[in-house]
Amino acid sequence: MTALHDLSVAALAAELRAKKVSATELAQHFLARSQADTSGAFLSLNPEATLAQAKEADVQLASGIAGPLAGVPMAHKDIFVTIEFPTTAGSKMLEGYLSPFDATVVRKLGVQSGGAGMVNVGKLNCDEFAMGSSNENSAYKPVTNPWDTSRVPGGSSGGSSAAVAARLVPAATGTDTGGSIRQPASFCGITGIKPTYGRASRYGMIAYASSLDQAGPMARTAEDCALMLSAMCGPDLDRDSTSLDVPAENFARDLNASLDGLRIGIPKEFFGEGLAQDVRAAVDAALKEYEKLGAKLVPISLPRTELSIPVYYIIAPAEASSNLSRFDGVKFGHRTKDYTDLVSMYKRSRAEGFGEEVKRRIMTGAYVLSHGYYDAYYLQAQKIRRMISDDFQQAFQVCDVIAGPVAPTVAWKLGEKADDPVANYLADIFTLPASLAGLPGMSVPAGFGEEGMPVGLQLIGNYFKEAQLLNAAHRLQQATDFHLRQPGGAK
Amino acid sequence: MSTKQKSLLVQGYEVVIGFETHAQLSTQSKIFSRAPTAFGAEPNTQACAVDLALPGTLPVMNKGAVERAIELGLAVGSHIAEESIFARKNYFYPDLPKGYQISQFEIPVVQGGEVSFFVGDEKKTVRLVRAHLEEDAGKSLHEDFIGQSGIDLNRAGTPLLEIVTEPDIRSSEEAVAYAKELHKIVTWIGICDGNMQEGSFRCDANVSVRKPGAALGTRREIKNLNSFKFMQQAIDFEVRWQIEQIEDGFEIQQATVLFDPDTGETRAMRTKEDAADYRYFPDPDLPPLVIGRDWVARVQSEMTELPRVMAARFVADYGLPEYDATTLTQSKAMASYFEAAAKACGQAKLVSNWVMGEVSRRLNAGEVSIENAPVSAAQLAAMIGRIADNTISNSAAKQVFDALWTEGGEVDAIIEAKGLKQMNDSGALEAIIDEVLAANPKNVEEFRAGNAKALNGLVGPIMKASKGKANPAQVNELLLKKLQS
Amino acid sequence: MSLTAQDIDRIANLARLELPPEEGQRMLDQINGFFSIVDAMRAVDTTGVKPLPHPIATIQEMALRLRDDVASEPNQREANQQSAPAVERGLFLVPKVIE
Repeated sequence: MTALHDLSVAALAAELRAKKVSATELAQHFLARSQADTSGAFLSLNPEATLAQAKEADVQLASGIAGPLAGVPMAHKDIFVTIEFPTTAGSKMLEGYLSPFDATVVRKLGVQSGGAGMVNVGKLNCDEFAMGSSNENSAYKPVTNPWDTSRVPGGSSGGSSAAVAARLVPAATGTDTGGSIRQPASFCGITGIKPTYGRASRYGMIAYASSLDQAGPMARTAEDCALMLSAMCGPDLDRDSTSLDVPAENFARDLNASLDGLRIGIPKEFFGEGLAQDVRAAVDAALKEYEKLGAKLVPISLPRTELSIPVYYIIAPAEASSNLSRFDGVKFGHRTKDYTDLVSMYKRSRAEGFGEEVKRRIMTGAYVLSHGYYDAYYLQAQKIRRMISDDFQQAFQVCDVIAGPVAPTVAWKLGEKADDPVANYLADIFTLPASLAGLPGMSVPAGFGEEGMPVGLQLIGNYFKEAQLLNAAHRLQQATDFHLRQPGGAK
Repeated sequence: MSTKQKSLLVQGYEVVIGFETHAQLSTQSKIFSRAPTAFGAEPNTQACAVDLALPGTLPVMNKGAVERAIELGLAVGSHIAEESIFARKNYFYPDLPKGYQISQFEIPVVQGGEVSFFVGDEKKTVRLVRAHLEEDAGKSLHEDFIGQSGIDLNRAGTPLLEIVTEPDIRSSEEAVAYAKELHKIVTWIGICDGNMQEGSFRCDANVSVRKPGAALGTRREIKNLNSFKFMQQAIDFEVRWQIEQIEDGFEIQQATVLFDPDTGETRAMRTKEDAADYRYFPDPDLPPLVIGRDWVARVQSEMTELPRVMAARFVADYGLPEYDATTLTQSKAMASYFEAAAKACGQAKLVSNWVMGEVSRRLNAGEVSIENAPVSAAQLAAMIGRIADNTISNSAAKQVFDALWTEGGEVDAIIEAKGLKQMNDSGALEAIIDEVLAANPKNVEEFRAGNAKALNGLVGPIMKASKGKANPAQVNELLLKKLQS
Repeated sequence: MSLTAQDIDRIANLARLELPPEEGQRMLDQINGFFSIVDAMRAVDTTGVKPLPHPIATIQEMALRLRDDVASEPNQREANQQSAPAVERGLFLVPKVIE
């Protein structure tokens, strides 16, 4: 008998529809696991609210009018505002903050009318304001990787990836600005996808870098991701001016399509000296699997891959420095107890409320936008951004999908890079380019590296080609079992 | 240097003024949210999540605000940008919830344009640099709280059009005339209610002085000039102050100043360190605003006739002097009153004189708007008709008008009741004239000797003898005929 | 491109962040460390290239969507102010604002 927590979202949805299990039972099961968890994945739980949602889902299932994922438990990265749970964005600035509205993505996935019917178990830990690659920047507590609790789970959606890997919930939402879904998915051996920029509404997603942020699902299988992504995406024309007016899609429609003739572009810049041997081995093995499935590997070049690091770390902090100005202790959020006038109130509230990495990025961002530096830094970065985007379009002339590693190494040890922000930035090299271009990107479990740590394969598609990416991922998962393996520590 | 230029100098200095006006647009909802914009609501009851900058909120643009910007652009003959960009202006202030204002920086929606008006009887044109859309901030309330301020964000997010001129204005009088003309335009086309007390129309004046021919002086900005009366006072004070500083050997420092109506003085606000580095950058939450030419054409075709177009039409169709036409088009209501009366009696110039003169005088004295004038355009037309057909004289008309204004009634009835009918029977008039000539031989002699003024001594008695009913023009005509024969 | 302590002070003021001296120094060193990798970016020849503010602008016309001018947001002051640090009679309280 498969344990409930070993069932996929798809399987659970089927069980629920077949009335073999109730939403309330599932909620209780996953709540118990989450409450017992020691990884630090959750920042808040509200069993009363969760069970009320489960009850609602059961009513819907009984009446026959229920969303496609009705009753399936999940959890939200603490970047999505929720009425029933506090939202902190992993920051002391928002300790205890209660939003009067739900994020659009929360509504689309939840039990409210018109939603997919999923039940929210709680809010998941993340790097503060989504800034980080290890979840060590959370102001509350770090998260440990279920595969090796002395290592990081990745970031910024570290709580999401750890929770799914440890089977505390079958699926979670994450956000990806520079790789924050793909990299933790890779580090924790799960599957995650960032859709084309503008597919999922950003309304209710606490903004880090507006032109880069995107919501996406994290689960164990590509099929689960496809089901959730279908529910999450769709135009939100009334609330998000950057939401694209493209119709919602069934991203699972092509999961089983043949990969015969699929041209997979292999960027040479992703396989240079900086790539660890164990990661290279796992990625190469996965690519061989693709060849067996009928795909062709095509060498390509993304010449400005390395430039994506300074370009991203100029643009994202610039936008963040402005997005975070609203945290001023006036309308909501932390206000210092120690002030003498308005200016000291601002300065101390923000100094106390924000962690170091956030302050660093605010400072960098304010600097590159400031008078005299705007042209040389911000404007220059936006121009190179266009060139990077053009490089991808060039590449897609000769291939359908681009593949490579997600990160240069497997998950590192907690504390190893904590004092070296630039080292963290450099490790984002493979995920940043797709973010800058707004292209959809995935991480699929591809094997294991040093000390049994998971290695993910990154798949990057052209705009709006999520279904094709998920198809490629799904076919790999039919040929391998990496995505089904369990961390040793998980019960 | 022309005499006119010379006469504008203050103590030998040329005054250079540029204006920035913030006009609140008359939309139902805010520029980036769907909260209502009505004035006077309880604090923070019209500030929704977006206006409060709650985490996760995003802006969505109000079509009505854009349409009003297009209307203003068309009214001042400017270029409506096909594509314009919203930018963030970053600074911290409690009434600015996001810590930045969404505005337009490098590429505004309206570019160029001009505003023409009269100062006395001299026509002046002020060029506009641009007009752009932006959001208003909230309000800080200081009374009622000790050592603290209360922030009301109801106003945050109200759409504004910021209208910026070139530094073409050369005196405080011109400044007020410009502001009044701009006020007329925005209220005329209906994009702004123009209520200055409620803050719908706020002016900032950038003032500097220089010796004629010299480079531009350092300017100081007088903020929040919300009444025309104080506007002139404030600018006059600032100009004198700047000149005094310069004469005393001090340099003018750039500053923002406020006018204190109680003291009649301008005083600098707290100096801003950093000369405000706003770190403008295009707002990533808002794609470019695209305005197609067909939209502009549609707005143009649906627009109400603009004041200057109407004034030109009055000149062309009614033969009015430009001055009259401009004065009559000071408001839609006055223009329509004029036109209704002029069409009804066909005496455009007479109607114009009466409207600009007696009607306006009484309206101002009684603080009545022309929409509520006791004498309707039709009644005025009827009365003027009776002047034109010689039924009554001008002076009799004044009595008729007075009766209409204070008691109401009907023109012909009043004329009858007061016996104001002019005597037009030349026979009776000739008889009177003969009598008066006979009784005043001295005047006749003096006139015949070449003293034209002697006539006046004859006209008076003639009018008296006719009990004021004689037609003055006829009197003159007959009198001269008899004296010259 | 190297930042100085004065730059840090100026930016910290612009960003309304209070940085005690050691933190300011650490910030200075770390940001300078970052800017050393930025130099390569500055050297790239971008003549004739337009900036890319919206990622999808390369593949489709991105025009600002306009909504009808309707005031449909109800008054939700209580819910909106539930996380406010200081509120009195519906107003957000702050230290006195001096003009």
